[in-house]
Amino acid sequence: MNRTSKLEANNLQQLFTALQDKGYVTVGPTLRDEAIVYDRIGSANELPVGWSDEQSPANYRLTKRSDDSYFGFNATPQSWKKFLYPPLRKLFTMRRDGKSLELSNESDANIKYAFVGVRPCELSAILIQDKVFQSGEYRDDAYSAARRDLFIVAVNCTTAGGTCFCSSMKTGPEAQKDFDISLTEVFRDGAHFFVVKIGSELGASIMELVETGAASAEEIETTDAMLRQTESQMNKTMETDGLPRLLAENLEHPHWEDVAKRCLTCGNCTMVCPTCFCSTVEDITDLSGQNAERLRRWDSCFTVDFSKVAGGNFRISTKSRYRQWLTHKLSSWVEQFGVSGCVGCGRCITWCPVGIDLTAEVQAIRGAETQQRKGD
Amino acid sequence: MPVRRNGRKPRVAVFKFASCDGCQLSLLDAEEELLAVADAIDIAFFPEASRRMLKGPYDIGIVEGSITTPHDVEHIREIRKSCGALITIGACATAGGIQALRNWKDIKEFVRIVYASPEHISTLDRSLPIGSFVHVDFELRGCPINKYELIEVINAFLHKRKPNVHTHSVCIDCKLKGNVCVMVAHGTPCLGPVTQSGCGAICPSFDRGCYGCYGPMESPNTPVLARQFSELGETQHDISLAFRGFNAYAEAFRRESEAHEK
Ligand code: SF4
Ligand code: SF4
Ligand code: SF4
Ligand code: SF4
Repeated sequence: MNRTSKLEANNLQQLFTALQDKGYVTVGPTLRDEAIVYDRIGSANELPVGWSDEQSPANYRLTKRSDDSYFGFNATPQSWKKFLYPPLRKLFTMRRDGKSLELSNESDANIKYAFVGVRPCELSAILIQDKVFQSGEYRDDAYSAARRDLFIVAVNCTTAGGTCFCSSMKTGPEAQKDFDISLTEVFRDGAHFFVVKIGSELGASIMELVETGAASAEEIETTDAMLRQTESQMNKTMETDGLPRLLAENLEHPHWEDVAKRCLTCGNCTMVCPTCFCSTVEDITDLSGQNAERLRRWDSCFTVDFSKVAGGNFRISTKSRYRQWLTHKLSSWVEQFGVSGCVGCGRCITWCPVGIDLTAEVQAIRGAETQQRKGD
Repeated sequence: MPVRRNGRKPRVAVFKFASCDGCQLSLLDAEEELLAVADAIDIAFFPEASRRMLKGPYDIGIVEGSITTPHDVEHIREIRKSCGALITIGACATAGGIQALRNWKDIKEFVRIVYASPEHISTLDRSLPIGSFVHVDFELRGCPINKYELIEVINAFLHKRKPNVHTHSVCIDCKLKGNVCVMVAHGTPCLGPVTQSGCGAICPSFDRGCYGCYGPMESPNTPVLARQFSELGETQHDISLAFRGFNAYAEAFRRESEAHEK
């Protein structure tokens, strides 16, 4: 089979049907509550046809496009994280039986997901969470099971969102690998089609069930040009050179106080970030005291409980909480996992209710530092 | 095993001060759990629900309502003495309630206008939370409280564990539910970022901004949210009113509402 092919937009439904026939639950972007969100969808008709979004710090608005594109929008309010690593999960239940305790692990039946529309930055984020949950001493079996069964349809970005900076983080706008298939949506001379790339044997086997044709050299060149243009449209940048060290050496920088004055400690940034992985566990008993269960729940380094330990709390001030978030994402993450914890999706900027923009905060610390150096 | 003293179930009493009854009735509203609750505790005093009125001491006292009269002050002190643990429930008991709006006015003038014989009225000049007068072991927020949280608190006391009641923002609940943020996506002012979790983000789930029913969260940065409200087109008066709701007299909200008063 040819590794690159052309799928007519009218035939996109065949991809959904092929995936469903193979037992996948298809998840993709769809309109809800005046936004484009990821949800279970059954067909291509449920995609946000003709819709886009406008994004800036603390601001998101749906907009109408002049064409019928399926994927003509950018980062959604939340990422795919909620499917692979659900916000709430029961870990086990316990029953008291006379003097003995009976423990049962909760292994919810695994759902075989096909994600249709994974953006390049999001694909990088999934790979980062793979490292978090599947390597080292503590592994998450439920995550691994969901991940093992996952089918990824990546969609390259032919427009850049208002808060995106994937080109700085080297995660987009084109997915290079680690997908099953990738699509680039093209409008050219009145035609509407996708250039399809196959990334795995599984991807190839699904595409065999879908009617495709050959993509011409010009058509492929068109997609390359479109992706280059996306890169040049990128609104934001983050200079990553020496960034982990810069932040690690500036833990007492006065700028942390400045951002603390503007931060609500609401935790939205960590919740929407596709790589943030923190959780807490809660034990629940019933009134009789005979049954108990343990739940895992997303947590954030912006909550006070997060840093409460026997004897006190080591991270009370807003300054120390914001600093934890930013230095973890961009500095200590590299030590921990060998990559940056930020993929440049821009969600934390758009969905921060007061529009705190990490690229600007980094610039402020970097700028002040360079000036200081000059002054030396 | 739940705590039992001398082989008997813990005795619980429910008391009411200035309030609307909504919070204590949420205990009766918990139909599915009610039998289990009645099984685990002995409701010794609950005038709204039963004629049975056993004298103290009680293991747990649940208090609804705010303190508004000199008589209330004496009464809550007696209650404190008769209860092992004291739990206050609702915005009235934890922040003074909606009736605390009178704290900004001259109460004598109200009394003169409303009552034919004002000389019979004995009242304090402010409506204040229970915690202003006696030590409180646990404050359960909300207007009204969430019945599941109340059962959780009773449950935790019975089993000597920490109640799973969160003090972080409503935003976190919103995100756990997968809501689209009404402030960012629709431009609707929302108190969620400075309000304590507990309701399950009901209003944002129905396309409304949060009204702040659970009072200030653990580290409320109200001036910053107020500035955002004004960028969304709210007037100074709107902002002042937004913070002056059911939890108007909670410190952070009180300060913010006063800062935007003309
Ligand atoms: S830190 Fe912000 S921009 Fe970076 S991956 Fe997380 S949400 Fe996206
Ligand atoms: S930034 Fe905060 S919430 Fe995110 S992974 Fe790091 S410690 Fe956890
Ligand atoms: S940076 Fe923004 S989203 Fe994150 S905690 Fe602060 S105010 Fe909330
Ligand atoms: S809708 Fe309100 S509570 Fe929900 S995330 Fe937005 S600001 Fe926070």
